[in-house]
Amino acid sequence: MSEQLGASIHKPLSEIEVTIEANRCLYCYDAPCMNACPTHIDVASFIQKISTGNVKGSARTIMEANAMGASCARVCPTEELCEGACVYNEAGDSPIRIGDLQRYALDYVAERDIQLFEPGPDTGKRVAIIGGGPAGLSTARDLRRFGHAITIFEAKDQLGGLNTYGIVPFRLSVETALWEAEQVVKLGLDVRTGVRVGFDVTLEQLVKDYDAVVLACGMGNVPKLGIEGENLEGVWDALDFIERAKLRLPVPDLGERVAVIGAGNTAIDALTCAKRLSIARGKEARVICYYRRGAEQMTAYQFEYDFAKEEGIEFRFFCAPTRVIGQNLHVNAVEFVRTQLETQGDREVVAPVAGSEFTEPVDTLISAIGQSRLIETFERLGIAHDFGVVKVDDALQTSRPGVWAAGDCIFEKGMREAMVVEVAQQGKLAAQSIDAYLNAKVPA
Amino acid sequence: MANLQSNLAGIKSPNPFWLASAPPTNSGYQVMRAFEAGWGGAVWKTLGTPITNVTSRFAALDYKQNKIIGLNNIELITDRPLDVNLKEIAECKKAFPDRTIIASLMEVCEQKAWHELVKRVQEVDIDGFELNFGCPHGMSERGMGSAVGQHPDLIEQVAEWTKEVARVPVIVKLTPNITDIRFGARAASEGGADAVSLINTINSLIGVDLETWNPVPHVDGKSSHGGYCGPAVKPIALNMVNECARDPEVRIPISGIGGIETWKDAVEFLLLGASNVQVCTAAMHHGFRIVEDMIDGLNNYLDERGLASVQDLVGAAANRITTWENLNLNYKIVARIDQDKCIHCNKCYVACEDAAHQCIDRLINNGSSTVVVDEQECVGCNLCQMVCPVEECIEMVQIDTGLPPESWKQRSLRLEALT
Repeated sequence: MSEQLGASIHKPLSEIEVTIEANRCLYCYDAPCMNACPTHIDVASFIQKISTGNVKGSARTIMEANAMGASCARVCPTEELCEGACVYNEAGDSPIRIGDLQRYALDYVAERDIQLFEPGPDTGKRVAIIGGGPAGLSTARDLRRFGHAITIFEAKDQLGGLNTYGIVPFRLSVETALWEAEQVVKLGLDVRTGVRVGFDVTLEQLVKDYDAVVLACGMGNVPKLGIEGENLEGVWDALDFIERAKLRLPVPDLGERVAVIGAGNTAIDALTCAKRLSIARGKEARVICYYRRGAEQMTAYQFEYDFAKEEGIEFRFFCAPTRVIGQNLHVNAVEFVRTQLETQGDREVVAPVAGSEFTEPVDTLISAIGQSRLIETFERLGIAHDFGVVKVDDALQTSRPGVWAAGDCIFEKGMREAMVVEVAQQGKLAAQSIDAYLNAKVPA
Repeated sequence: MANLQSNLAGIKSPNPFWLASAPPTNSGYQVMRAFEAGWGGAVWKTLGTPITNVTSRFAALDYKQNKIIGLNNIELITDRPLDVNLKEIAECKKAFPDRTIIASLMEVCEQKAWHELVKRVQEVDIDGFELNFGCPHGMSERGMGSAVGQHPDLIEQVAEWTKEVARVPVIVKLTPNITDIRFGARAASEGGADAVSLINTINSLIGVDLETWNPVPHVDGKSSHGGYCGPAVKPIALNMVNECARDPEVRIPISGIGGIETWKDAVEFLLLGASNVQVCTAAMHHGFRIVEDMIDGLNNYLDERGLASVQDLVGAAANRITTWENLNLNYKIVARIDQDKCIHCNKCYVACEDAAHQCIDRLINNGSSTVVVDEQECVGCNLCQMVCPVEECIEMVQIDTGLPPESWKQRSLRLEALT
């Protein structure tokens, strides 16, 4: 893969930067950074361990709290979490580079192939996990440490979920995602890839064969735009596009103008990925984001927006696609209508401005308007859900006894952006809940 | 512009900053460079029968990313012939007549040997002698250096022998590797020495390499204790200098040595009783150029305080040090935290809770915490202020106890009178 796509946008810290940064950490007590982390990584402690040269211990402190620590070190919005809470901000100084130090500790163990955890003594209990992404892997890791036998059912060929397939390679490489999955697999898992639950195997069967079942199946593809012409060639689902680019599968020529619909973090990934891909091919395209609301309403993080602008991405706000126009079965233009925000009762809605249609030349159109919910799947499984969001109680148990859920499939829209770190925490909590349930269960 | 001229037992220098006898004063080339940089004087690397050194020789104690807070060395005295050293001393003195050059000497404890060395060295134009009774490594095994400095009777005897023939002032350099520094200083004074200089280096081992288990530094896998100096020894040196300054039986002036790196350090030594200061580790760490700020900073300090001369500082705070029994038991301070400056690292809280007197409370409200001092419980130990990373966030405030000053000594007498 070319440097453009493969090289991480965050360079690892040099040894001297690590020393300076680790020693600069104040080693706060009940540290705000720890409390700001959804998985409560003991940040002060892991940095202190780096400063004493106990890097293996540091990596263990991180991974103990967060089985996805290596990917979180790269994709976490640290400005909003740990680094945003660093006391140095209050002192008017720059925060400790916590994400980069976390990456240093985990690169250290990855480079040396150090195994951090062991499975617990065998309990004879069996748990099926549907989905091998961050939620499923986090749940599996802790359940194995409790000594339960685990089978993971994964529809794709490889584990890691969106970490492996859906996050652009210059933010999170396939290698890192697979290394992290491998740390879990090494605890002794039965991994069944290419299996779709609800199709290749039924939930009824799993509930019967296993002592507990975990739904960690995430969300579906990008939903249809619902406009004329979206089946033309050159029209992409953002996740498919990123996956192909990331796995180095063939992607057709992007042309001179790429349009991305939507302004969430996946849209930013699609925009920057398209830009870099075109540069790598020696033919830089104009890559433009079209969003039906304004910059202030964007769901992408501010630093993502800033990054996209630095990458040369253009933004067009307050416009929505109405029609994809093709030539020879391939997109060559998109018609948009201008939009405005209107207040309806107590909420703001997007309304088209009549007669404001305009047409833009487009060679590649990528839709990044969110992910669809797996309503059909949950119906088929007989799990209570709310418009495709699986209903769970505080212990992450679903409406079906013996079935838990974690990850994006329980992610409620409108809360905030879905984050790997939050999902890792859910996996940890689900594992604790299941362990308590299995220990209380009277042997048959 | 204040007058920076210093005077140690009649030895006058344009400023109070001398280079101590050590690797930076090994050769004429180095001393010339030092004088060009502005140093007021240099104590030449100890002269005597040339020795053979080992490699390696130095090692440092670092603290986090701070390099060389302490330095350990096992280098011996000069390894160059006496006539070469004397020729270079003469050249330096000729090039910089206003600067001070002191010849540091080391010999076996025989009158004849000392007489010969002193006479030979003072054939060149020097401003004084410094008798090296301090080096704790190597030479001490041969009955010299600190082996002399650890016997007050030998200090007195050699000082006497030296004074019998010396035409310039004699300074005795003391070892801190003793129980009470005043005994050595008194012996020097008794033996007729014109001044004492202290401290020489402290017996030390820097550490062990965790990979190889070699000591640090090591010579082919082995080491022997070295002499420790640098910023980490400053508090030890300050105390010893002050002990000598306040001792009525030490009737001679003091050249202060030990961890001096800035003009601030120098001011402290002067205030507590030193007439001038000697520097080594700081020059080894940063080069001779650091003296520029030492001179400039000292001058600005004197100007800002309206002091005409650096000599106004000498011993000005020496008698602020006393014995514990004379401290006022009714003086009370407590910690006060400026909530606007607090950055909520909770370091004061955990320090007080785990290691002091549990007088800081954490009030947790809606996820944000506030640290508050319980002034009734606070013993004014300063620990919270010491661990606080924010300048002036924790202030130690005096509380009026309404009681007159009373020391332990006074209280004991009062209580005794009651019974």
